[in-house]
Amino acid sequence: MGSSQNIPIAGILLASVTFVALLLLGTDVVLAVSVLMVWVGSLLVASGRPPEPPKAKVKQHLTLDSIRDLIENSSLPLVITERNTIAMANRAARKMLGQHMIGQDVRVALRQPEAISLLGDDRQREAIVRGLVRRGDIWQINRLALDERLAMLEFINQTAEADISRAHTDFVANASHELRTPLAAILGYVETLQEDGGAIDTPVARKFLGIIEREAQRMHALVSDLMSLSRVEAEKHDLPSERIDLASLAERAARDAAGPQRLDRLVLDLTAEPVVLGDVQQLEQVVRNLVDNAFKYGAADTPVTVVLDLAQGDLARIAVIDKGEGIASEQIPHLTRRFYRTDPGRSRASGGTGLGLAIVKHIVERHRGRLDITSEVGKGTRVVVRIPIARSDPAEAAAGQDFEPAATTAGESG
Amino acid sequence: MAEHTVKAFDEDITRLRGLIAEMGGLAEVAIAESLDALVRGDEALADQVVARDKRMDALEIEVDKLAVRIIALRAPMADDLREVIAALKIAGVLERIGDYSKNIAKRTGMIEGRSRFEPLTLLPAMGELAGEMVHDVLTAYAARDPDLAREVIATDVKVDGFYNSIFRNLVSYMVENPSTISSAAQLLFVARNIERIGDHATNVAEMVHFAATGAYPPEGDR
Repeated sequence: MGSSQNIPIAGILLASVTFVALLLLGTDVVLAVSVLMVWVGSLLVASGRPPEPPKAKVKQHLTLDSIRDLIENSSLPLVITERNTIAMANRAARKMLGQHMIGQDVRVALRQPEAISLLGDDRQREAIVRGLVRRGDIWQINRLALDERLAMLEFINQTAEADISRAHTDFVANASHELRTPLAAILGYVETLQEDGGAIDTPVARKFLGIIEREAQRMHALVSDLMSLSRVEAEKHDLPSERIDLASLAERAARDAAGPQRLDRLVLDLTAEPVVLGDVQQLEQVVRNLVDNAFKYGAADTPVTVVLDLAQGDLARIAVIDKGEGIASEQIPHLTRRFYRTDPGRSRASGGTGLGLAIVKHIVERHRGRLDITSEVGKGTRVVVRIPIARSDPAEAAAGQDFEPAATTAGESG
Repeated sequence: MAEHTVKAFDEDITRLRGLIAEMGGLAEVAIAESLDALVRGDEALADQVVARDKRMDALEIEVDKLAVRIIALRAPMADDLREVIAALKIAGVLERIGDYSKNIAKRTGMIEGRSRFEPLTLLPAMGELAGEMVHDVLTAYAARDPDLAREVIATDVKVDGFYNSIFRNLVSYMVENPSTISSAAQLLFVARNIERIGDHATNVAEMVHFAATGAYPPEGDR
């Protein structure tokens, strides 16, 4: 800023105008001149002292302590380094790297070569590091130099994004593999039939055609499961709005899944008649898949029980219970994963696609419900689905008179 | 660790620990990348692992020099002396782990018929377990945590179990497919190397325990 701009031009002008006015009014010249001198002099003295730069004031307040307070509660792990040691770390960073990191060499905390390369080079600003805290996690580390001594390291967890993209890749790979297996069988048998068309006698050819049909059915089942899965996923965020009598739906779907041959093994215990907001086809699919699974994995000639009752918190509860060999507890968390099978051979032999429970889980989630699986090895498995009950009619009617969004909110809370 | 009157001593120790941590990071990455290169047949990645091992050797020399300098100039006592001696020994062991990884990477070009070679799928899981041991032992070192060090020592049994099962698997595979014997024999060496990495991680864990407490872990753990 130039010093000429410090001269108060407006003040001097005002003083001069007053001086001229005083002269015109006939005041004594000496008095007028002295007034002018005092006025202008005081203005110049006042302006001679440069105004305090505001930046200096701020800098005084931003001590290391205030930086500590500033970063402490950030949810992002932040670390301040002084030269090559860790001077401070906020709560998130202490939780991530451990309390012992403070005062240690930065390399003790970062370790990975990519992260260490960040420290040596002032031009490099960020690095992607794998396995920083746990195996397979991915962190982006940004380095911001505050001055020549101090720098801030910022840790951004990117594991979740990588997980999602890996899950997608895995899904496509699994789906292709599952489709290729029956296809390979079909192609093989068709080729055999074509090559020695005349030589193969009718019973053998018939057997081959049977296998081709079964494999084609399997592909068909798989493709329809994939389609319903992608449909449920697409609608995941819209709450279904149809009012459904769960008791009659459960009965219908369970009988349907059991089929005429297994109907005598089905035990229905429907003690309540809750009304829920839902999608008829999807809820039928939930019951069908669960009952079908129970028959498939339950021991032969043991009953499969379907219970419908009310649970705490205005929930309708459907439990499907089988008496089979059960599932080991370490397998249970993986059951709703696509194409996960506890016993691949048996599952395929019984016509499973590996998608049944994944579909159930997505449908239940769409209905804002919960899916719980408990099992005891040797005794059997119990799958419980809980879905919120729809609000009683008057409230629903009142909500219905309102605008559309209000109706949706009522549905969500009900 | 309590602060010392001579500030320079703290700085030296901090630097020593930083160097060890950097070596450990290199070792972790070397294990993961060498197995990745081996399984995918990625020779460029394998070359990278081999090249990076030079940095490991340079760091070991740096640790040696610094440790000797600290002992000569500062004459450390008690836990300080243990810290320096442990660093010296750990650096040697980590360098060895780097060598094993380099050795695994060098076998990348010697495996034939990779896409149909079943035993290849077994090694990454074993490598992951050994890599985890190295990761955990370095965390134990950074935190001076003897309990975590003992956990690492307990994990070695699993790596040994892996080795035995892979050994049997490879031998029966060789019997059934004599044409793959040369490739399968290479994998036997790879499995052996990973098993050795696990043993060395156990050694580091013992030294971490020693540096932190002044005693080696009880025999039952080892």
